[in-house]
Order: sequence, then C-alpha cells, then structure tokens
Amino acid sequence: MLTADRLIAISLMALSLYFMWHATVLPIGWNGMTGGPGGGAFPFWLSAIMLACSGLILLRTFLPDARASFTMDSTMLRPLLAVVIALVVTIALIPIAGAYVALPLFLLWYLRIFGGHGWTLTLSLSLVTPVVTFLFFEAALKILLPKGITEPLFLPLYAIFF
Amino acid sequence: MDVLALLADGFATSLSPLNLMIVIIGVTAGLFIGAMPGLGSVNGVAIVLPLTFIVPPSSAIILLAAIYYGAMYGGAISSILLGIPGASTAVATTFDGRPMAQQGKAGLALIAAAVASFVGGTISIVLFTLFAAPLANVALAFGPAEEFALVLLAFTTFVGLGGDDKLKTIVMICLGLVLSTVGLDLISGQPRLIFGDIPGFYAGISFLVLAIGVYGVGEVLYTIETSKTAPQVTPARITWRELGNGLREMNRLWKAMSIGSFLGFFVGMLPAAGATPASLMAYGIARQTSKNPKSFGKGNIEGVAAPETANNAASTGSLLPMLTLGIPGSPTTALLLGGMVMWGLVPGPMLFIEEPDFVWGLISSLYTANFAAVAINIALIPIFVWALRMPFTVLCAIVLVLCIVGGFAPSQKMHDVWLIAGFGVAGYLLRKADYPLAPLVLALVLGPLMEKSFRQTLIAEQGNVLAFVERPLSGSFIAIALLFFALPLIKSLRRTGSRGVAPAE
Repeated sequence: MLTADRLIAISLMALSLYFMWHATVLPIGWNGMTGGPGGGAFPFWLSAIMLACSGLILLRTFLPDARASFTMDSTMLRPLLAVVIALVVTIALIPIAGAYVALPLFLLWYLRIFGGHGWTLTLSLSLVTPVVTFLFFEAALKILLPKGITEPLFLPLYAIFF
Repeated sequence: MDVLALLADGFATSLSPLNLMIVIIGVTAGLFIGAMPGLGSVNGVAIVLPLTFIVPPSSAIILLAAIYYGAMYGGAISSILLGIPGASTAVATTFDGRPMAQQGKAGLALIAAAVASFVGGTISIVLFTLFAAPLANVALAFGPAEEFALVLLAFTTFVGLGGDDKLKTIVMICLGLVLSTVGLDLISGQPRLIFGDIPGFYAGISFLVLAIGVYGVGEVLYTIETSKTAPQVTPARITWRELGNGLREMNRLWKAMSIGSFLGFFVGMLPAAGATPASLMAYGIARQTSKNPKSFGKGNIEGVAAPETANNAASTGSLLPMLTLGIPGSPTTALLLGGMVMWGLVPGPMLFIEEPDFVWGLISSLYTANFAAVAINIALIPIFVWALRMPFTVLCAIVLVLCIVGGFAPSQKMHDVWLIAGFGVAGYLLRKADYPLAPLVLALVLGPLMEKSFRQTLIAEQGNVLAFVERPLSGSFIAIALLFFALPLIKSLRRTGSRGVAPAE
C-alpha cells in the first residue's frame, strides 16, 4: 500500500512544519550575546532536517521501482479500530466516571465482547483488577487515581487506608 | 584487587533480603514477559517502570535490571515451544529451537537455552566488572564537548550500522530530539513547543510516556493485527534425567557459547546493534565454524546455544555504556537511564564516585540475577508451558489497563494518558511503515543531554564551533561519527559502481 506510505510521509512533513512554526517563538538563529544558538534553534533546524528527509521518503515512493513498506491484513482493520475506539472511550470516561468504573467496563468489553471469553474469566478479571489497582496505587503508593462522580463512594475506604 | 573489594561491598547491598527478593521477583516477572510473544524486555521495563515507585530507587533499578535479564532468558521459551520468538532478541533461537521441539527434544532445547543464557550472562558480567571502572575513569575527563560528540556518535551508529532505512532512521532521530525539546528551554527558561499554551506540555514529554505508548499500546495493536490464530504449544516436561543429559550435552558446546558471549558483549555495547543482531551474528558464526554446518536449522543444539549466549551477553554489554558514559546501548537501557534520572541517580562516570554503593550493588545484583534466572527458568518450565496457552485477548487487555494506570501514576495527569494513546497509535503506524522506533526512544532520552552539552560548549567557548573538533577526544568521536554517517553513502556508491560492471549476480 504505497498510499499509506505516502500518507505517513506527508503527515511527518506536516508535523515538521508545525514544529518549525512553533519553534520560531524563541530565537532560531545564532545568539551573538551568549554565543551559540537560541532556544528555538534546536527544534527548528532538527524539524527542518525531518522535513527534508520525509520529503525525500515521499519522493522515493513515486520512483518506478518503489515498493510499499506498509502492508496490512485488511480484515484486521475492524478489530484494530474497535480497540482504539474502546481505549479512547475508556480514557475519556476516567475523569468523568472514575478509573474504577472505566477500567472494569473496558475489561468487560475487551474480554467478553472482543475476546469472546466466558463470564467466569471476564467477571473475575474485571473485579480483581480494580481491587489490586486500589491496593497497589492508592493504599501502598498513595497515588490517587481519578474517581470523577464516584469520589464519595471512596470516602469510607480512604478512612480505612489513610 | 580494588575491583574485587568494591564488588564484595556490592554483594553486601545486593544480598540484602529486600534486594534478593527483588531480584527473584524481577527475574520471574522478566521470564514471563520474555516468554510471552509480543512482549520483550523493552515492553516489560516500560510497563513495569511506573510500578517500581513502591521500592527505594536503588532497588527499583535492580528490579528493572532483573526484568531485563529475565526477559532475555524467557524469550527462548516461546521460540522453542511456540516457534514464535518471545522477543525479537530470540528470533535466532527459533531456527534450531523449533525443529528440536518438533523432534520431541523440547526439554533439551529449553535446558540448552537456559544454560547457554547463564554462560553468556556470567562471562559478560565478568567482562562488565573488569571494564566498568576503567571506562568510567576515562569518561571522567569528558566535558560538555565530549558529551555532545558521544551522543552524536551514538546516533550515527544507527545510520551507519543499523539495518533500517537510512532516511527513516534520520527522521525518527530528529522526531525524538524535537519531542525532547518540548517544555522549558534549558538555557533561557522560556517555554517552547507548547502547542498553543497547553499546560501539560510545560513539563515536557516524559520518556516514559513515549515508551509506554510505543512499547505498550503500540505493541498491543501490533499483536492484535498479527495474532489471528492462537499458536500451538509444544508440550515439554523436564525430568532430572533429562536435566543431567542436557548438562552433559552442554560440554561440547563451549565453542559456540564462547563465540556468543564475547561477540554478544561487544556488539551489545553499540547503540544501533544490541541483542537481536548480536544473536543473529552469533548464530551465523557458529554455523560457519561448526563441524557440520548442514545440520543447522534442522535442530542442532549449537544453534540454540550460540544465539542464547549472545543475547544475554549483549544485554549486559548494553548496560556498560549506559552506566559508565550515560549513553544507553539499547532501547531498554535507555529506559533504565530515564528511570535512573527520574530517581535522581544520573548515570555517567560521576555515579561511580558519588554512588559506589548503588553502582556495585547493581553490578553484583547481575550476578545474583543470573543464578536466580537459570534456576527459576528450569524449575518453572511446566508453568511456562501452561502460561503460554493464555489467549492474546487476555494478555492484551491486561497490558492496556497497565498502560493506562501506569501512565497516569508518575505525573498524575490525564494529559499523559492521552499522549500515551496518541503515541501508541502513531508508533504502531510508523512501525508498520518500517520506521525504526529504537532511535526515536533513544533520541527522546538523550535529547536534553545533547542540546545542553552543545549549547554549554558554545557558551563556554564564546560561540566557537571549532571547539568540538579542537579537543582531541571529542574531535575523534566526531570523526568516527562522520565516518558512520558516510558509511551508507560509500556503500551505495560502491554498489551502483559494481552494478555497472557486473549486473548479473
């Protein structure tokens, strides 16, 4: 799929340009006062090299003997997209509904619907994971995970562990 | 001898009950991580790093080193039992390990792999112990100019010696370096590349966020795509008699194992090379020098021993430049370096002077880890056979949850979790299009050092760029770096030249 190769090269070029544009906030040239380049020079010129190299990669895909490096089994596109969407939904849900709702829901979806596993495995993993997470991060490490609207439910647990 | 006294002190640290327990836990975890197809040492270290806050910094590094070490042993297990390398470092082990398993000699292959790993590990740790202090002494003379030249050299090894596409390698190095400049400018203190004032970017992009993204989420996506059907596990049982036979068999493998150990150690030190090419090279040389090279690929035990010694030796070798010079020899050691900086232990020659307890504790823990790994590896083989039946959907789900929680824990910002997801998808796509990810991670870790040393030198020398070439050490580093950079050009010129003369080959 040469198209995918080209799209990736074009995205990298666009990213380099975006970086270069942001890097110009600080001086990108030689700073005569202190000696040496300004604060924006490093990101700016490295992005410029990146732009040039990804440009060459793009040009190379138009050569007559160009071969695609990006190959994909198209039947796997759907499961991949499903996992990415589930991941995004889970992360978005964490600050709202709390990690202890979002993560078990994710496991429930992944194991039962995506993986097609039995209820015993699904439920035991979905229940054990939050408990272990709580004991490890909150009780032992004192790192509080976001709880969103479920925060009040944890107050009695805090009273026990802190 | 001085080294022996320091090492003895180190053992006092590493044999403390806490650290001994940590080595055992780390090695066991590493064995499982290595054995799971799709997860290698770098994935294991990236995912486990945030969990190591639970122990003191020096023990955390010992834990990560033990995981690194265990994963090198573990990779062979799935290479032999599934025919799929458990980690890229164990690719060469499948060549003869899988045929052996199919001939019903899985137990023997597993024992050979474990013992070979032990031999490779032990020889390389002895080399490590001998080289560490002298190398650190040389590095004491390094100023910012030498530091810059050395980082440059590390990157050019990817271009000159790495097997990947040159242009794509350069793009990845630059991308990593640019990502490392996000946040506050080191010299002026002004914010830069904060992408329209997004507060999360003021603190910069942590190496851990990129590593969990690329090696955690990205790896899971890659595994989902490539693992349509569950592989077949070859059963393996180990009896005492088999163990005895295996050990006797090892006696005639000394040549293969010594090739692997020395080659692995020195190849492992190079940033662009590392354990995977080291094990492939060791396999190749063992075949060439073998009495019956034709039996390679058909279940020759030498073909298991050579790559397994090499990948363990390489993993120790890659720790050497990381610890003494502050320049990691592999993506996994880049993560170890990042972790050490996070805990306030800055690798480099000064570490040997300021934190000798830690340094020698870590080195001696490699000895204990090696003993623990070989024993646990052989003892737990039945459990590995069982664990390898675990479906990918269970493994991937657990890894994704660990990525989210582990990504959140260090900074406690959702911003980082979003970045992990983004890097995961981007890393997966880049990997699909053959962009190498190791230079990206290495560049992000080394970027701040590279920029700081470059600008410090120029400030100290009033903007005189020639300062980098005038100093003998940094000058020679830069000369070698230029050579590495020119190497692919020369090669391609010669290739087109010879193509003109003799087109048929």
